[in-house]
Parts: sequence; structure tokens; C-alpha cells
Amino acid sequence: MRRWLLWLPLLALLVVLGFAARELMKPADRTVYSAMVGQPVPDFALPPLVPGKPGVAAAEFRAGQPRLINIFASWCIPCIAEAPQLMRLKEMGVPIEGIAIRDTPSAVTAFLARNGDPYRAIGDDKVSRVQLSLGSSGVPETFIIDGQGKIVKQHVGDIRADEVDAIYQAWRAAR
Amino acid sequence: MTAEAGLAALWLAAALAGLQLLLAGLAVKRGEATLLGAVRPVAIVQGIMALIAMGALIAVFCASDMSVALVAENSHSAKPMLYKFAGAWGNHEGSMLLWVTILGLAGGAVALFERRLDERTLIATLGGQAAIALGFYAFLLFASNPFGRADPAPPDGAGLNPLLQDPGLAFHPPTLYIGYVGLSVAFSFAIGALVTRDVGPAFARAMRPWVLGAWIFLTLGITAGSYWAYYELGWGGWWFWDPVENASLMPWLAATALLHSVTVLATRDGLRAWTVMLAVVAFSMSMIGTFLVRSGILTSVHAFAVDPERGAFILALLAIYIGGALALFALRVGTVRAGNTFEFLSREGGLVINNLLLSVILGLVLIGTFYPIVAAAMGTQLSVGPPFFDGTAGPIALVLVAVMAAGPLLRWRRDDMQAVLERLMLPIAATLFAGAGVFVLSSKPVGALSLAGLVVAHLGIAVTLAGMAASTTWTEERLVAARVGEPVQVGPFSVTFEGVNPVLGANWSALEARLAVQRGEDGATFYLRPQSRFFANPVTNTSESAIATTLDGQLYTVLGQPDNAGRWQLRLWWKPWVTLIWLGGAMVAIGGALSMLGHILRERRATRRAMEAAWA
Repeated sequence: MRRWLLWLPLLALLVVLGFAARELMKPADRTVYSAMVGQPVPDFALPPLVPGKPGVAAAEFRAGQPRLINIFASWCIPCIAEAPQLMRLKEMGVPIEGIAIRDTPSAVTAFLARNGDPYRAIGDDKVSRVQLSLGSSGVPETFIIDGQGKIVKQHVGDIRADEVDAIYQAWRAAR
Repeated sequence: MTAEAGLAALWLAAALAGLQLLLAGLAVKRGEATLLGAVRPVAIVQGIMALIAMGALIAVFCASDMSVALVAENSHSAKPMLYKFAGAWGNHEGSMLLWVTILGLAGGAVALFERRLDERTLIATLGGQAAIALGFYAFLLFASNPFGRADPAPPDGAGLNPLLQDPGLAFHPPTLYIGYVGLSVAFSFAIGALVTRDVGPAFARAMRPWVLGAWIFLTLGITAGSYWAYYELGWGGWWFWDPVENASLMPWLAATALLHSVTVLATRDGLRAWTVMLAVVAFSMSMIGTFLVRSGILTSVHAFAVDPERGAFILALLAIYIGGALALFALRVGTVRAGNTFEFLSREGGLVINNLLLSVILGLVLIGTFYPIVAAAMGTQLSVGPPFFDGTAGPIALVLVAVMAAGPLLRWRRDDMQAVLERLMLPIAATLFAGAGVFVLSSKPVGALSLAGLVVAHLGIAVTLAGMAASTTWTEERLVAARVGEPVQVGPFSVTFEGVNPVLGANWSALEARLAVQRGEDGATFYLRPQSRFFANPVTNTSESAIATTLDGQLYTVLGQPDNAGRWQLRLWWKPWVTLIWLGGAMVAIGGALSMLGHILRERRATRRAMEAAWA
């Protein structure tokens, strides 16, 4: 056997340990990000959920104006915490499309009456199909879509007050 | 007081490990008899000190001494005694102490019982054992002290994770650790033999029972863990290719390969470098497994302690020990004289194929387990699941089984195809493995017990695989919202939901469903009572499955949530032959134990004969 071959196992070990060390040094981030970021919005058309508000369809996102998709539910506590931030974004002129997950019309109507209504339209995603196709694993999550229908950014969890500006800037930059 | 005594014993054990390493180093270098003689007692006392420390920890847990921080964080006075006792290792610090205690005891046992190995190699082995122990004592004392006090002491503890409050906790970690850490002996043997350049049949014969012993416990531990997860986690699975399950499977694969290659080395003086390498790899896999569990680097149901600092400490230990061993291997193995060669078609040839296949499976599991870490470094998040492992390791395991069936029929040195085929006819005709046993029995001059062990263990593997195949293929699952009185069919059973009642346990309350079960049209009715348990310390819900075991499988029932209309979610599985999986695992362990017993008896006879010869 060639001598240098004998050092191969040691080399392999060091490479693996190197990767492990690198992984340890990184701050633990257990967030699962969507693989769809950078991709076009998958095709979908969700029916409306509450009276007087249209549903949400993928075609609208290709109409030239950047928008936010907010994935929410009336049964989700962080969504209540997030509501004031969404209202502020709406006042700043950001169009927000809502996707309600596993929800009912009466519950969502009550939720909007209590916490404000930032949504231009609300799509009814009964079995989380569109949510999953966007690569979202929970509520609330917010996606920024550019005017050509491409997902440019994903925000996992509720939007905090100090994050509103960053979201707004990202939306402006998507134009 | 007890806690301080435990801490003192731990420091003493660490100091003794340092002394043991120093003495062994000097002794091997100078070869003086007095120095050589001093190492054994130190190793034995070191083991005892570690045992005292572990005993002290168990004592403070049993006494619910909440002034000990670890007890306050992980125990509760209202917990049943069994879980106070076993709870001592149901947490990071206690589990690491158990690990180190077994390491110390393994070294002590080698010092006490090993009489066959060349004295210098033995002392070098004990030096290796001390070196490993030293690092892990340091880890305990500086990064994971189990005996720290809580000041002020809280009035009561936070309690133990209810998933761990099961008799499985008393059995699974200790057996698994004896197996895991027992492999350290093989590792140290390899180091010792490399240091003294003494790799040969005598070394292999001395090492074999230690490997076998560790392997038996590892097999038991994995089997027990699989069954525990199966009935406790409530999703009916027995193996998930979870990183931590893989962490126990990898040492087992390496140890299984080692067990076979060491036999070749002992019998035919072949595979010298390979056997040494496997001995290093087997325990390295144990240490890597410990790292995976304790660093929380991979997401897993077992990764209870998520702590990068501790992870970095263990990572450094891994680099030193495994890296050191592999460097020593690279430097020294060139000077190990090549062993005997042999024909491809021979017992050795079969064992080499066994080793190659096991190594390939080991490599696949290793790659699958570590790939997410490598991928994360490249910026992608992913996890590797059952499709990869089933698809890659599965087919190779099947080939391995075929080799396993033929292997015991091959003769040592060389065999010819004609004869092999003739010998293969009967086993193919009759049951493959029992037939194999008969043949080996009639043709090989080995002890009957060892041989029975070999046959039982190999048969066990076949039984396990049959169980896996049958339950995977024929499992029936029903998820229903059950109304009272409405029968549900699953497999051959008719299950009728009769309602839900509250029940009280020692430290939990539960909602218990009453399920009337009938097999076929006219079978006797019996009841199953799955529970949804609520624990107050800490506040957790768990589901306790209820399982009916029959000769041909298990009916597995889990109680879910109610809806608003008076219906309850029920999850029912009929799993034909699933019990064979663990029965086979137990057979493998029993086979190993028989082989061990045969070995010990043979040893005794040899000693007696030698003594009689000396008298005559």
C-alpha cells in the first residue's frame, strides 16, 4: 500500500470535524427558510373567504406592482401581535394580500374587526396547499413579491415594530 | 454532603487517570517490572472512584436533594422512585457521568481480568484507556459538573421530561452505553498494539471477548431503544434514521465488522491492519455519536442538550483522540508485518466480503448523517431521511444476508465451488440458517456453545429482517374520528370505541379510552386502553399507546383529540409480525452471549488442562 494512503482516514476526519466546527460556531438558527425565494410565485387561485373582498390569484402578482403576501390565521396568536405593523405598512402604501390558513369566514371577520384589516384581498387556503407551495411552514409569514411575480424575500414569524422599515425598504427595492 | 463526596470521587478518578497515563507511558518506555505492576491497581481504583461518583449522583436523585442544581432542574419529589433513580442519567450531566463511569469500569475490568495479552501491550492499552478517560473527566469537571449546588435551593424540582418517564429509561441508556463505551477497550487495545507493534493472533484472541461483550450490550441497547421509541412516541415507527439512531447504528456496524475480522486475525493471522483500523473506527463512531447527541448540532428527538460550548469541547476531544489514533495508525501500521493471505473462496474470503459490505453500509449511514452539516456549510438547509437510507443501505443489507447464509459453510483457507454448492443444497432446501448450523456443527471442530451462538445470532438477523419486511409491507393504518359504539375495522380486528374515562397515576392524570377489540367474527373480546396523559411537572401532554400483542403481530392504538361533536380521534395500526424485529434483536444478543459463554468455558478447560499438565 502507498504510504500516503494511510493518512487518508485522518484527512477525512479532519474535513468532517472542520465542517462540524464551522456549524457549531454559527449561531443556532432553527428557522426553515423557503426554497422558493428567488423563484416565481407558483400558480394558484384561491377563492374569497369574507364577503366584499376578492380572493387571491397568482396572476395578479405579475401585473407590475410589487406586493406583500401575508400568511395568517384567526387562530394564531402572533398574528394578533403582528396586526398593528401590517396596518402601518398599509398606511405607508404597501398593498398586502392575505392568505388565511385553515379558517372560517365568521372567525376571520371577527379577527379583522378586532385587530384591523390591512388586506386588499383574502384568499381561502383550507388545507394549506398554497402555503406549502410557497414554502411556508407556519403562520404568520410574509413574502415580498416583485412586479414580475418573483418572490424576493421571506419573513418568518410576526413582523415586529422595528422591522417595519426594513420590510418597507425591501418592498420599495422590489419595484 | 453526598454531592461533595461524589465531586471529590470524580476529581480523584481524574487524578488517577492522569497517574495511570503517566505510569503506563513510563512503563512502556522503560519496561521496568515495578512500573508495569503499578498500572493495574491504579486502573482498578480509578474505575471504583468513577463508580462512587455515579453512586453519589444516584443517591442525591433518589433522596430528591433539591439543593443540587441538576436534581432541581431534572427531578421532582412526586416522581415515582424508579424514575428518580433512572432520572440520574436522564439529563446531560448525569448521562455523561454514566458514560465516563462505564469508561472507568471498562478500564478497571481490563486491568482485573485480562491475563492473556502481552504485559507491555496491556499496559499501553491501559494507558490509552486512561488518556480517553482524562479528557472526558475534564469535560465533566469543567463543562458539565453534575454536582453543582443551587443556592438557594428551590422548594421542588422542575421534573423530568414525561417521555423519559418509562421503564425504558432504566434499561436503554445503561445497556447502550455499556456497548458504546465498552468499545473503548477495543480502541485502547488497538492503540496498545500499535505502540508496541504487537498485532497478531494472540492480540486478536485477547481482544475478541471484549469486543463481543460490548457488541452484545450494544445490540441489546439498540433493540430496547427501538422498542421504547415504538411504543412511547406514539407514531408506530421503530426506526426513523434519526441522526442519533444512526449514531448508535454506526458503532454497531463497525463492531460487527470488527467481530468478524478479529476472528480472521485470531484464526488465520490475516487482516492485521484492517482489524486495527476497525477497532479505532468502532469507538470513534461511539464518540462521534456522543458528540452528535450532546452538541445539538443536528436536530433530533434525542438532542436534549443544545449547547455549542459543550459541543466545541467534545469536538476538541474527538480531534485529539480519533485524530491521534489515526495518526498513530498511519505512522505505525507500515511496520506491522503483513499477515497471511488466503483464497477468495474460503471462510476468510466470506468474512472479508462481510466486512466490505458492512463498511459500505457504515459509510452510507455516515454520509447520510453528516451530509446536512456539509450542506449547511454550502448554504443549503436539508435533512436526509428514510428514502436515502432505505434505498442505499437496504439492498446492500440483502446481499449481506445472502453472504451470511453461505459464510458459515465455507472452510478456512480455501474451498472449492463444487463442495460449497453441495453443502449449500440442504440449507437452501431446508430452512436456510438452521440447516447451516447443522452443517457447521458436523464439520468444524469448534465448541458447540460458540457454534450455537453463531447460528442463533445469524438467525436473529434473518428474523429481524423478516419482521421489518413483513411489517413494512403489510401494515394497515386507520385514522378515524370515532363515535361511541361505532366499530372500526383494522386488519383482522374490529375495534369499538366505548367512551373515555379520567384516570389518575402517580404524577399524572389521563383521559383513557376504552376500546373493545374482537378478532374476526367469533374471537373473544378484549379491551385496550390508550391514554392521553397530562403531566404537571413539567406541564406536558403525552399519548400512551395501548398495544395488543398476538402471535402474528401487534394491534397498536393511540388516542387523539376530541372534536366538538363528541367524536374522538383514534389512530389504529395492525402491524403483522412486527414483534419479530425485536425478537430477532434479542436473538442476536443471546447468540452473542452463548458464544461468550462457550469462550469462557473453553478458557476454563484450557487453564485446567494446563494445570493438570503441570502437575503430571
